[in-house]
Amino acid sequence: MINHKKNAHPYIPNTAPSVQAEMLKEIGVESIDKLFDGIPDELHFKGEMDIPKALTEFELRRHMEGLLNKNKSSNEYINFLGAGCWQHFVPAVCDEVNQRSEFLTAYAGEPYEDHGRYQALFEYQSLVAELVDMDVVNVPTFDWGQAAATSIRMAARMTGRSEVLLPKTIATDRYKIIKNYCSPDIECRLVDYDEESGQLSIEDLEEKISTKTAAVYIENPSFLGFIETQGQEISDIAQQFGAISVVGVDPSSLGVLAPPAHYGADIVCGELQPLGMHMNYGGGQAGFIATRDEEKFIQEFPSRLFGIVPTIVEGEYGFGDVAYERTSFALREKGKESVGTQTALWGITAGVYLSLLGPEGMHELGQTILQKSQYTIQQLDKVQGVQSSRFKATSFKEFVVDFNQTGKTVEEIHNKLLDNEIFGGKDLSKDFPELGQCALYCVTEVHSKEDIDKLVSSIKEVVESE
Amino acid sequence: MKQIVRDHKVRDFNQAKWDEPIILELHQPGERGVIIPEAEEMIVESVGDGISQVPKNMRRKKKPDLPEISQARVLRHYVRLSQETLGSDFNVEIGQGTCTMKYIPKINELLVRTQKLTEIHPLQNVNSVQGILEIIYKLDLCMREISGMDYFSFQPSGGTQALFAMASLVRAYHNENGEGTQRDEIITTIFSHPSQAATAAVKGYKIITLHPDKDGFPDLDALKEVVSERTAGFVVANPEDTGIYNPRIKEFTKVVHEAGGLCYYDQANANGLLGITRAKEAGFDMCFFNLHKTFAAPHMCGGPATGALGVGEKLKEFLPGPIVEFEDGKYTLNDQLEHSIGMVRSYHGVPQTMVRAYAWIRALGADGLKDVAKVAVLNNNYLYHKITQIRGASAPYVKGKRLEQVRYSWEQLANETGVTTEDVGRRMTDFAHHYWTSHHPYIVPQPFTLEPTESYSKADLDEYIAALTQISNEAYENPETVKNAPYNSVIHKLDEQDYLDDPDKWSISWRSYLKKVKMEEGVK
Repeated sequence: MINHKKNAHPYIPNTAPSVQAEMLKEIGVESIDKLFDGIPDELHFKGEMDIPKALTEFELRRHMEGLLNKNKSSNEYINFLGAGCWQHFVPAVCDEVNQRSEFLTAYAGEPYEDHGRYQALFEYQSLVAELVDMDVVNVPTFDWGQAAATSIRMAARMTGRSEVLLPKTIATDRYKIIKNYCSPDIECRLVDYDEESGQLSIEDLEEKISTKTAAVYIENPSFLGFIETQGQEISDIAQQFGAISVVGVDPSSLGVLAPPAHYGADIVCGELQPLGMHMNYGGGQAGFIATRDEEKFIQEFPSRLFGIVPTIVEGEYGFGDVAYERTSFALREKGKESVGTQTALWGITAGVYLSLLGPEGMHELGQTILQKSQYTIQQLDKVQGVQSSRFKATSFKEFVVDFNQTGKTVEEIHNKLLDNEIFGGKDLSKDFPELGQCALYCVTEVHSKEDIDKLVSSIKEVVESE
Repeated sequence: MKQIVRDHKVRDFNQAKWDEPIILELHQPGERGVIIPEAEEMIVESVGDGISQVPKNMRRKKKPDLPEISQARVLRHYVRLSQETLGSDFNVEIGQGTCTMKYIPKINELLVRTQKLTEIHPLQNVNSVQGILEIIYKLDLCMREISGMDYFSFQPSGGTQALFAMASLVRAYHNENGEGTQRDEIITTIFSHPSQAATAAVKGYKIITLHPDKDGFPDLDALKEVVSERTAGFVVANPEDTGIYNPRIKEFTKVVHEAGGLCYYDQANANGLLGITRAKEAGFDMCFFNLHKTFAAPHMCGGPATGALGVGEKLKEFLPGPIVEFEDGKYTLNDQLEHSIGMVRSYHGVPQTMVRAYAWIRALGADGLKDVAKVAVLNNNYLYHKITQIRGASAPYVKGKRLEQVRYSWEQLANETGVTTEDVGRRMTDFAHHYWTSHHPYIVPQPFTLEPTESYSKADLDEYIAALTQISNEAYENPETVKNAPYNSVIHKLDEQDYLDDPDKWSISWRSYLKKVKMEEGVK
């Protein structure tokens, strides 16, 4: 415990009484308490905060590590959970860069003393731009959900319309974010999917789309893992009605899958977490939005967009905010939505990741994931009663495993898997009741054949037991 | 060799300048930064190349134009860029007022790097994440003590998102009471953060902005004039960016409550208030704290972060879920809040920030938290006393004490020398300092906003004051020195306007820059 009477607190230099006295003398005030005179007596908190006494650094470390050690990590267990936050290999250089105290402790400095921060974020924009094959990428927003919600609001402003169509296969959580962000003025309507393939029902889309539609939003790969193959057709239909085609994407797929700009997307958004961020119990999420370099799009971004600028000295690049006057920093409620602290450090990290992987690495990443997930599907299908891919469509890294024929619930099966130190995939029975007892499994480059075989044998053991 | 005399006032500083190319210029065909684990042979034998199964129209035809760079070169590039960034570990970080740039304890960084945090998935069975849930729950308990609120959600991941969540709660609350359509106005003040007004507008509210009275206080009479049956909510910071505490805040919240509105308190920065005064006693229904400001989590170039949102009992069921609860000796997640607004961010927010904030609170204890407020206010009043003695500088509005920060003005300096606050800001970088003006619009002419927090010693404050004093002297003696600054920073003065606001010239990515440069050359 820290004895406040005896020691100055290590984090607070001016707790030393002699310095305090000197400063008070300079100000001409008798005591520190007098500095709070402006707060009326009735508002002074007179109680004691029920917060334990201060710990020394040594005690703090022991206490905190004791708590954190109660967690079971995905390094101890084999993890097949994905559903928007995915376990990937994180190169050490990503951690090295984002732990640099210069980046870790910087905030909102100017383009001079924070030149490195501006350049790193400009480079992140430039690298993601190559991955999605579009010219404009924003400084990252909170997560995929926010990126999608903002993309939809951008589309609504561009079209002057107030309805958006989304796939019924969207993640429940992401949909909650979008719905709250779009209410009260934008109506969200869900478009049905084909029961067999999971693909968006074109029939239902054609029925629901109209000249009120601001945007048609789809995801690729879909939340349920399968690849949506009708991208071009969907974009064409959207554009026929004057709506904006918005596609949400998992960027770890873009080394092998066509980027949405190649099948007609006007706005592309997605999740940066797979590009070098640890899962961090969900703290690694970060969203991005990309568009073509057209003023009508750029003027609708709420986010900061860093641009390259000359300085008064030949041979120097500087950076600054493009079209700053559109932001809420400049215009308060008349700006485009709002801007503030979001996930800049994860943007820088995603840039580091893409620089390390390069074109070959991104391709190999996608290929390995496809192979390992296809292998898992193939092996799981051999288990009696388990249908390893509920939808007849190619999936990327996630797929819906159907346990309906096993006579057991996902919860029962997954509880047993925990005994074998396996985290089964996300239980879909609550969010997608029409699927019954299904779960969304995620396999990435981090899963070895041994891990996958252990999953398969464990599931076999559970479903075949009485 | 003589001992160096240290009585000079300003730092003899040169920031690192590495002249690093844009990373895409480092492309060297064939180089690799890292190798991805491949599928084992037996897997490949079973499924083939994986890609053939993807329908042809969905395959990427040409690999992305990412650069190929060796690992060491990527690392060197980024550590050089890091050296061109003035993190708060490196400077007397008092120039970014409103941001509460305080010491970031290294022990907390060590704690969040454990695989027991980094490698846990947000949907893991709660039995396997009891440690992090306990930390979040106990942080909630501490926040309740600090604010007087009854429940916290840590899902909002920044101050702006917390403000947006609060505006969403206001809407959900009135909808539930059948007054959602009628109550369509939110009242705020001009000295509050722009996100207060901006986020309420996203939720479809009409914004009413109060201006200060002659002493800088929000105007109570003006509030009384604008409240009505249309008032949905009132959002304010106290103190505002001026550091002036509004002593009549309880009357403000009373007026709004009598009109049927909710009051929400922007405590993004609560550094002068810990243990001194609380949201509850001032009559607020909700408040939020930025854990990356008052609670010493790092700012990370602008997030990830946390805006911890606290509410009184009557608003609990409207919170974004899930929230952490403690039942029968076990920590659980409650996502069954009856009137929940849904979610504002995926999963549980940014747990790393919560771990840091909890560790910081435990390192200080109740007494230490109060010391934070006291010393932050002492430091600020010392700075205020000294800055207002600098030629050309002033602190508009009420004379007397301020809490944790002050918005100053160089109006006199600008009138007398032509040197603007932006000029001063650039010159400050030559002495290793950050400097921030104000949000827009500039109500205080030629503004600058300083917030010294509890983290800096008297000697640190004196260094910052000396730099501003020297720049004031330069402005009066040789204003061009200030106007053409910086000289010792990473780059020189930007030559910016066309390149940021002209669609034919702006470049938001390197590929776009290359296209536009080519076009420009073609024209020539």
